[in-house]
Amino acid sequence: MIDRTLANGTRTGLLGWLTTDTPTSRAQARCIQTYLAWLGLARNPLAMLGLGIVVALVLAAVFAPLLAPADPLAQDLSRRLLPPGSPGYLLGSDELGRDILSRLLYGARVTLYIVALVVVTAPVFGLIVGTVAGYAGGWIDAVLMRMTDVFLAFPRLILALAFVAALGPGIGNAVLAIALTSWPPYARIARAETLTIRNSDFIAAIRLQGASPPRIVVGHVMPLCLSSVIVRVTLDMAGIILTAAGLGFLGLGAQPPLPEWGAMISTGRQFILDQWWVAAMPGLAIFTVSLGFNLLGDGLRDALDPRSGR
Amino acid sequence: MSRAGSITGGRRAWLSSRSGVIKAGRLLASLAATLLGLLLITFLIGRVMPIDPVLAVVGERATNEVYMATRAAMGLDEPLIVQFFNYLREVLTGDFGNSLLTSRPVIDDIARVFPATLELATVATLIGVILGIPAGVLAAVHQGRWPDHLVRLIGLFGYSMPIFWLGLMGLLIFYGKLDWVAGPGRLDVFFEDIVPQVTGVILIDSLLAGDTEVFANALSHIILPASVLGYYSLAYISRMTRSFMLEQLAQEYVTTARVKGLSEARVIWRHALGNVMVPLITVVALSYASLLEGSVLTEIVFAWPGIGFYITNALLSADMNAVLGGTVVIGLVFIGLNLLSDVLYRFVDPRAR
Repeated sequence: MIDRTLANGTRTGLLGWLTTDTPTSRAQARCIQTYLAWLGLARNPLAMLGLGIVVALVLAAVFAPLLAPADPLAQDLSRRLLPPGSPGYLLGSDELGRDILSRLLYGARVTLYIVALVVVTAPVFGLIVGTVAGYAGGWIDAVLMRMTDVFLAFPRLILALAFVAALGPGIGNAVLAIALTSWPPYARIARAETLTIRNSDFIAAIRLQGASPPRIVVGHVMPLCLSSVIVRVTLDMAGIILTAAGLGFLGLGAQPPLPEWGAMISTGRQFILDQWWVAAMPGLAIFTVSLGFNLLGDGLRDALDPRSGR
Repeated sequence: MSRAGSITGGRRAWLSSRSGVIKAGRLLASLAATLLGLLLITFLIGRVMPIDPVLAVVGERATNEVYMATRAAMGLDEPLIVQFFNYLREVLTGDFGNSLLTSRPVIDDIARVFPATLELATVATLIGVILGIPAGVLAAVHQGRWPDHLVRLIGLFGYSMPIFWLGLMGLLIFYGKLDWVAGPGRLDVFFEDIVPQVTGVILIDSLLAGDTEVFANALSHIILPASVLGYYSLAYISRMTRSFMLEQLAQEYVTTARVKGLSEARVIWRHALGNVMVPLITVVALSYASLLEGSVLTEIVFAWPGIGFYITNALLSADMNAVLGGTVVIGLVFIGLNLLSDVLYRFVDPRAR
């Protein structure tokens, strides 16, 4: 399709389809909305920097075997604790002679795995709890929100620690513990949105058509809560990464020899005064990635939710 | 002065009004429910753990009779709901059981380590408040110019940095390379147990004993971990101060004050900031509470013998009584601080009554 501007100022082609005032289908309206949000985001250079970092993380994780100069688990005790810039070891080597750069690249997989698992569980659970509480009201609302408050009353890392203590260390249990401690804010947000939606006329119209409460909640309330939940998820990702790294640092997350960034800092701690790079490099990786998610989250919030922008 | 008068007058009104009583009752009820939920969660965590608590007491080679007798003596043969009420009764009387690691009551252990955490979190919050509030005000006043960008950048870095890594890098630079501060721990070994323990907070105890040498040593030990923790507090407090200030500066009373001919400094630091102080109480209380959490990782890095250090060590040796006891205590402090900020808010802000 070729974009052309007609005499009356309307455009044809894909861009015209995306910028028309009169969408002809629901799918087109959705595409137009997404496109406009993207335009808002693309105007913000810091958000684009964040997006770039996140994309780089995903690429590093996917193409780790191609990008990594060495096997992340291959030990070479004769070449241990080499400083950054040594031939063959761009970022130096650790206490077992493993290449730190390769371990960082493979570590991106572990980080992404944890983030992805938390993101597909906690917000979904929070969304269900929040919309059901907000739509049902009454005692269901009271019970569910009280439950949410209890979880919010705990400091997140402490609760995750207690869960991991009970379930045993490991990457799966760390994910479970983080998910169990991070759903309450989503429930709060979804409930607040639901309360404003549930008395609107279109919900009344759907109810008059005979739709059941589950159908209204799933088909009509949840989609409208999605955008604020997505913004919150992006803003929370940095927190999830930091909590996961913290659990790894304490020896409660991913277990060695898996190249998890927090656990790498924990081993680097022994050499901090003489071989600083063993702990510094994975820390820089965590910092860069959470900075990326924070920048992207701030940008998304400004683009999708102008009320809280500032 | 009229301000102080209105607060005491307001308090009387708050206590005597019927809606105030209802509000207080609701607050208490929600507090009790939250407490109950907190204990239910820790109880359930204690029950799902894979370690058999009976086996830990009687050992692998105990006969079946001994095993069953011990199980009954520990109350583990009762229905879960009865066990929960037993647990509730124990916790409410301050009995968290004995620690496997130190073989002392968990509550005594916690009382011993808690002052260290309190000391660290308090100094850190002070740093966060003293630097964070002016930074937030400056950012709001110069919105969109370089002080604003600088403050936002500092905040953004604070939100993105793993605290344990920042601590390690701090140790590397300020202790390892520059030798400006003392290393991990609360005191150098030869300064330990010199001043009598009164509050458990070394900075205060050493001053009470008039021993400036111990005080200086303790200060040089606390300054780095407190700065690392305080940085997080600063990031949060400056961000919130900025957004509250922007809201206030757009109000008409600010324009009026300027039209009246007040100096810009007076308009900003007295009129606008005065109104920002109210919501800031909540922010400071929340950041204080979250420092208790941040202190877990900081205490590990700096070998700071506080409650986070205690819980983590207990965790690594599967000492569940100590872990759950510590979790409950931190949860209680968390709830307490939230309540405190709520009550303070109601006293200070007449609209919230």
